[in-house]
Amino acid sequence: MSAIVVIAAVLAIAGGIGVIAARVPVHSVLALILTLVALAVLFIAAGAEYMGLLQVIVYAGAVMVMFVFVISLLTARREPVERPQSLLPGQERAGYVVGLVLLAGLLTAMLRHVYPEPAALPAGYGTVRAFGTALFHEHVFVLQLAALLLMVAAVGVVLLMARRS
Amino acid sequence: MSGLGIEGYVIVSAVLFVLGVTGVLVRRSPLVMLMAIELMWGAAALLVLTFGRLFGYMDAHVFAFMIIVVGAAEAAIGLALIVQMFRTKEAADVDDVRALRG
Repeated sequence: MSAIVVIAAVLAIAGGIGVIAARVPVHSVLALILTLVALAVLFIAAGAEYMGLLQVIVYAGAVMVMFVFVISLLTARREPVERPQSLLPGQERAGYVVGLVLLAGLLTAMLRHVYPEPAALPAGYGTVRAFGTALFHEHVFVLQLAALLLMVAAVGVVLLMARRS
Repeated sequence: MSGLGIEGYVIVSAVLFVLGVTGVLVRRSPLVMLMAIELMWGAAALLVLTFGRLFGYMDAHVFAFMIIVVGAAEAAIGLALIVQMFRTKEAADVDDVRALRG
């Protein structure tokens, strides 16, 4: 059981490296799908079974498919590639340095604490019933805002794509 | 926590987040930058669920659900904008995009 979690963590990080290192956008999408599925395994290992399920169905299943559709529609004729040299000199090197500095800062800040032992979980933690109870009883306003946000996003996409002809 | 422990989950989340930040800073293709932003969302959701498991709160799951919802909405709008960018000019590099004209 724990070997699967360690393998999933390594795969998630490998997918993350693949997203930024791939030259072709389709390879980046495949690496991101690998990361999302590995993250779903980590979610399930952390007790969040329904969230792992949602991650695979919604995030990796719908959002990434949207990415693949857009990439295949846009690059049907040729692969979009960036300029070989950035207009800002030394951008890549500065970006990597900033990334390393940020990683050092984050790890120092997060690992300085001594975390307590995981609490005893209530029965049914992470199941659909517990998630539904939390969403519809305490956080029903959050649900309404999420519905409003999705409707605004859908209307926005339709407005953006409408041709003025 | 099975396998990795709290520190392991925190390290994985931090590394994924920093990979997303580095992707936004280093790459100039708008599609790859959007995917790097999605990486950051995933890392944040992992961190939230880790601490929810640590303290036994289901509120963390609602928060992670909102992360997925907002990430999906933002990906939809971002992809629509990218399609518009490619429609008006063949812009594969964000350095070439000067103005968004409809």
